Amino acid sequence: MSSQDISRTDTSKKDISRRDILKTLGMGAMAGSVLSMIPAQAAEFAHHMILAEKAASPAAAYTPKFLRPQQYKTLQALCQAIIPPDSDSGGAIEAGAPEFIDLLSSENPDYQLKLGGGLMWLDETCTDRYGKAHLEIDPAQQKEILDLIAYRKNALTDPSLSQGIDFFSFLRTMTADAFFTSEIGIKYLGYIGNTYVTEFKGCPPVPGV
Amino acid sequence: MSEVMRSPKVYDVCIIGSGAAGGTAAKVLTEGGLNVVMLEAGPALNPEKDYKEHVWPYELPHRGVGVGGKYRNELNGEFLAPNGFWDIEGEPYTPAPGSRFRWFRSRIVGGRTNHWGRIALRYAPVDFKSRSNDGMGDDWPLSYEDVAPYYDKVESYIGVFGTKENIASAPDGVFLPPPVPRCTETIVKKACDKLNVTCIPSRLAILTKPLNGRPACHYCAQCGRGCISASNFSSSQVMLPKAQATGRFTLITDAMAREVVVNGEGKAQAVLYIDKITRSEKQVHAKAFMVAASACESARLLLNSKSKLFPDGLANSSGVVGRYLTDSVGSDATGYFPQLENMPPHNHDGVGGMHMYMPWWKFNRKNDFPRGYHIEFGGGRSMPGVGEFEDLCDTVEGYGPALKQRCRKSYGAYIGFDGRGEMIPNENSYCELDPNTVDQWGIPVLRFHWQWGENEIKMAKDMQETFRAIVEEAGGIFQSKAKPDGERPYGIADGGVIIHEIGTARMGNNPKTSVLNQYCQAHDVKNLFVTDGAAFVSNADKNPTLTIMALSWRASDYLMDQAKKGSL
Repeated sequence: MSSQDISRTDTSKKDISRRDILKTLGMGAMAGSVLSMIPAQAAEFAHHMILAEKAASPAAAYTPKFLRPQQYKTLQALCQAIIPPDSDSGGAIEAGAPEFIDLLSSENPDYQLKLGGGLMWLDETCTDRYGKAHLEIDPAQQKEILDLIAYRKNALTDPSLSQGIDFFSFLRTMTADAFFTSEIGIKYLGYIGNTYVTEFKGCPPVPGV
Repeated sequence: MSEVMRSPKVYDVCIIGSGAAGGTAAKVLTEGGLNVVMLEAGPALNPEKDYKEHVWPYELPHRGVGVGGKYRNELNGEFLAPNGFWDIEGEPYTPAPGSRFRWFRSRIVGGRTNHWGRIALRYAPVDFKSRSNDGMGDDWPLSYEDVAPYYDKVESYIGVFGTKENIASAPDGVFLPPPVPRCTETIVKKACDKLNVTCIPSRLAILTKPLNGRPACHYCAQCGRGCISASNFSSSQVMLPKAQATGRFTLITDAMAREVVVNGEGKAQAVLYIDKITRSEKQVHAKAFMVAASACESARLLLNSKSKLFPDGLANSSGVVGRYLTDSVGSDATGYFPQLENMPPHNHDGVGGMHMYMPWWKFNRKNDFPRGYHIEFGGGRSMPGVGEFEDLCDTVEGYGPALKQRCRKSYGAYIGFDGRGEMIPNENSYCELDPNTVDQWGIPVLRFHWQWGENEIKMAKDMQETFRAIVEEAGGIFQSKAKPDGERPYGIADGGVIIHEIGTARMGNNPKTSVLNQYCQAHDVKNLFVTDGAAFVSNADKNPTLTIMALSWRASDYLMDQAKKGSL
């Protein structure tokens, strides 16, 4: 049997009944020797089918559950600024960061305060400084305010930034969480695995390791 | 009051709990010809539905951290094999004032074996005779030679990989070949060699070759999620199917045992349990009983089984039930290894656990503390999860391309180290019934008292120093949140957090100072056995599961022998 990545295995082998295999595997947990009759190929196939099935369920368009539409747009802009697209991968929006953050916040009062309050703080501060909300100021001004709240040391010279810095720190962590657990983020990191292999090959030859 | 049952069905043995101890007993007793009924407080397990093996984080809307992110910073969150919880709604436990203790419970068929670390280490000869060796704690009423044949049986049946090393503190077993090291393990091994710290292939209950009808591991590193091909060991997939196959096994799920009832002669005759589905009380009768609900849950059941003959709880004439509670000493640190920054992408997964570890290596030296610890370690290019870059983001700050690239550069360059050391029982660490609190089933809950001793703190200090030495020798940057003082000196984990809680119905030769004899049989009640971690006399640095299975197998053989002689 090959040790190829099961996610790339040919899906046309559907003549093997997925249900039968899974049923047998499942029964193995309680019915004893059934498991011994399952060839390794069937187990591999079962893994593959589960994967294919999960991948096939389409992700519906996300409707924000916590933020109002305008706030959600601000969240999207901030996420994308934290992890932008580049030549190697897409950015935080493509990775689903805004919906991850909105979804969790809709379920968590602490997050609601941090995210909802933080976005309000940002718009109020932008209005104080530039006369408009964050989304409406020009890109140079957006960069200016983000550069201020992206570093804790800035609160030493301007204590009025500290709440914004806390907010941005929260958002940075959540955006990184979402990006690096997304399909494109995992690919960007170069993680290879979560597969079915018959042999573990260990460490490739690398100088110093 | 429960109904009086006229001529109820009487099983040969009733086992309470379906984990490592209960599963082993079920296999041995049913194969030995006995009719066994098992009570499990949780639901049945359905691997097809329940296991999250091979699921990517992005296939779950919460990316694995659950509703509202509640599993952030917890074990494996949504990916974990089901029903393992620090807190169970409606089933609380309480800390005594000034104590911190966490209690991890699994209410499901197979119990905690569904997602344990599969680390399968034998106790060494000295671990059974530690009082004779250093004057602290107590000796076990049996020796390594008594248990060794049962270690052989368990390993031969469940499958454990490892290597023959002939190290006094880490006896060899019946081993399958180990997997080859990952890059992270190669780096650490080289540093350990220079420091004279023993670093050898680990010993895990995962099949590297097919065994007893189970296929070999497919190296996805996800044992903690449950393994649909049963290539790792769990009671639910490896022990219970054997019992089921005999036709002499009855499993009752969602059955929360409340009390073991005795007859007029002081023998156990029935278990009263709550059927969680109907919320009604039922009972099951048997000729013998094996309590295997996990150390603290078993102690709770005994303490709640009060009668005229046993006013302080069943089998508790010694007053020892709930006492001598210990957990492993745990402390951790991390190393950042620049040489791992430029690794070519490759499959680093391996088995669901470490391929190498450090057994206790300073056993024949004079140390600042008695007993010892082992080191587990892991890291590298594993599947990214939520929280992966939290510390890095907090450190480097900023945003944009620089942050994104910095995360990629550091990915896979961390190795975490965990010490697991021996705690010596002390009089301030125990559990008892909380006089003020019952759970949703009306059953009094446990209250935990906890205090680490001076030896444990010294051990945690030594762990931190060793982690630093290894990391720096390997060219890494040492990172640790441990501080010498405060609530958790040298990073010592709170009681219960390492999930090796044991000792609450310890065995011994003296019925005044112990609950069980060397066969896990209650001194006070001949047809009652406690075969889980409660029976342990000491908590050596070896993860307890393998020894639990060996002792449960031994107790089961003894039970069958006594039954044949009519001595129960």
